[in-house]
Amino acid sequence: MTSRRDFLQIAAATAALVPTGWARAFAQQRLTQDDLLAFEPMGNVTLVHLTDIHAQLLPVLFREPSTNLGVGEARGQVPHVTGRAYLDLYGIPGGSPLAYALTPEDYVALARGYGRMGGLDRIATVLDAIRAERGDKVLFLDGGDTWQNSYTSLVSKGQDMVDCMALLKPDAMTGHWEFTLGTERVKELVDGLGCPFLGQNVRDAEWNEPAFEAMKMFERGGAKVAVIGQAFPYTPIANPRWMIPNWSFGIREEEVQASVDKARKDGADLVVLLSHNGFDVDRKLASRVKGIDVVLTGHTHDALPQAVKVGQTLLIASGSHGKFLTRVDLDVRDGAVKGFRSKLIPIFSDVIAPQKAMAEKIGSIREPHEAMLKEELGRTEGLLYRRSNFNGTLDDMICDALLAEREAEIALSPGFRWGTTLLPGQPITREDVYNATAITYPAAYRMTMTGTRLKEVLEDVADNLFNADPYYQQGGDMVRVGGVSYAIDVARPAGSRVSDLTLLRTGKPIEAGASYTVAGWASVNEGTEGPPIWDVVATHVRRKGTVNPTPAQVTVRGA
Amino acid sequence: MRHSLNRRQALTLGTGAVVATTLSLRAGPARAAKNNTDEAIKAFTRGKEPAKGKVKLELPEIAENGNTVPMTVSVDAPMTPDSYVEEVMIVAEGNPNPGVVSFHFTPSSVPEANTRIRLAETQNVIAVARMNDGSVFSDVRQVKVTIGGCGG
Repeated sequence: MTSRRDFLQIAAATAALVPTGWARAFAQQRLTQDDLLAFEPMGNVTLVHLTDIHAQLLPVLFREPSTNLGVGEARGQVPHVTGRAYLDLYGIPGGSPLAYALTPEDYVALARGYGRMGGLDRIATVLDAIRAERGDKVLFLDGGDTWQNSYTSLVSKGQDMVDCMALLKPDAMTGHWEFTLGTERVKELVDGLGCPFLGQNVRDAEWNEPAFEAMKMFERGGAKVAVIGQAFPYTPIANPRWMIPNWSFGIREEEVQASVDKARKDGADLVVLLSHNGFDVDRKLASRVKGIDVVLTGHTHDALPQAVKVGQTLLIASGSHGKFLTRVDLDVRDGAVKGFRSKLIPIFSDVIAPQKAMAEKIGSIREPHEAMLKEELGRTEGLLYRRSNFNGTLDDMICDALLAEREAEIALSPGFRWGTTLLPGQPITREDVYNATAITYPAAYRMTMTGTRLKEVLEDVADNLFNADPYYQQGGDMVRVGGVSYAIDVARPAGSRVSDLTLLRTGKPIEAGASYTVAGWASVNEGTEGPPIWDVVATHVRRKGTVNPTPAQVTVRGA
Repeated sequence: MRHSLNRRQALTLGTGAVVATTLSLRAGPARAAKNNTDEAIKAFTRGKEPAKGKVKLELPEIAENGNTVPMTVSVDAPMTPDSYVEEVMIVAEGNPNPGVVSFHFTPSSVPEANTRIRLAETQNVIAVARMNDGSVFSDVRQVKVTIGGCGG
């Protein structure tokens, strides 16, 4: 039988066209740690960007989206290019390691061959190597969505991630899901963080005073590097405001500009925005705010093998779930960037050796919970994934669970972009369920809703995704539905995108004035009641034994 | 809205000799969608079409809470006895009534005011400034008021 390492070598041997930096690896017909890390150094500053790991300490499977539509000026632009078109755009051979890492093409077969990606112990190895090579030139920045969405991060209230990240010694971070731990806990963790938690756009809701430091100046390779933090602007809208009632967010474009101007005035040679805005928001921001050299962008989970240039500003998108780190080397002289080189480093967990100290730390964190997390609840017949604009089979399973266990006609499941992937035939463990549901507001509610209200909810979320102006987007995917089908025209204006709402149970149109029983989870309203969603899903999977979720029925137009 | 009145007073005082008046431009029954914004603006500008520029409205793109949306309006004016902004009116297209608030200024005012406004739904908010020579300027911002809850 071919081992996974052999498979990696064989796949590499079949590669023809490869992006810069990969040629040598493929020429040698094997994939090694050295090849993954190979980088011709440049200049005097190295930025290392990690973002949106969603508290995944271990290597994971994460299938990239097959549908990721751009609207307005972003239509057809990266990161709104997926699958085959993505491979063609970057000249990545089908079946290659990068094709597996970056697209859903042949996902199941390639996942079985190339294995899991990420793992904080592998990331530690890569960081060690970069630091060994570049010394005091390195600035390691965490883009946030680090402290939540796994079981151990939920029960330790983010402590597991803070402790593990401390071993990686980041120079600064910003946040989004961090805030779902609530004001007091966030303050507590930030106080003991050991690096600044930056957020120029987080203010006291009453007096508009800064809640966090906006910027931090570093000295690297003889250059002064200003890092400005930008937390997710719509945290109190997309997540429960009642958990952080005294903090107000927003994009605050003019204040970004003011921070950049201040950084330059203070002598910054390089200005970096460590952002959780989402890619399209950052692209617009970069076109309007003058003087940012590099935007390290996060939130929308896009992994791009090359920097995107907007004017003089570089946009770096480093993916999610620990699958990638981006290294950017910059030649910074006389207050300007004279040249740069970047590489999206894929963290193939079977190729990169785990760093011992981190592996031991992760082991000690997981040990008390390991038996419970490994418990098999059932099995999946097909591929279970979450990412895509309108539906994911993992969410189909959650919707089935809500409909069955909460005895509802309609199920709603949030369009989160995080959550790991399961291959056909794979056992579904408790940990798999937590990886898709671990949040601090998990109540699976049951309520009645009129047809009018249901349509309002769908329209509202659709506009958060498909408003032609990125500043009005929130970056999640479309809310997932069970028990109903609908059509959506993404090109239409707000309030008129959704049509043909049909109740699947009866096959009849949803009536505006009629009331329906709706089950859902992750309500942002305080006092929402119901069992935690992970129990609802676990009960359902156990009852079914083998799951084969009902596919969502969404007709998409205007794309 | 706990401290909105105190806050409004404090902010208003802080900007100098500004007098804020909560508007009640009632010219018909309250309607949810289309109100009489245009008529209200016309009455304020004495029939003139406002030009772009001079007045600047700052509002969040998406409201965190439609019941209390922070708003700042400022005017680029020398604020001398010869040249100053007399009054700025804020109207909201999608509220039951268009009138939100009006700020009166004198040459000794700082031509800026902050307050919090209530917005019933996603809509345009318009600031119209009338200068002492009768010239009028406007700025508009769309504010989205959402149900929220599905980002991530």
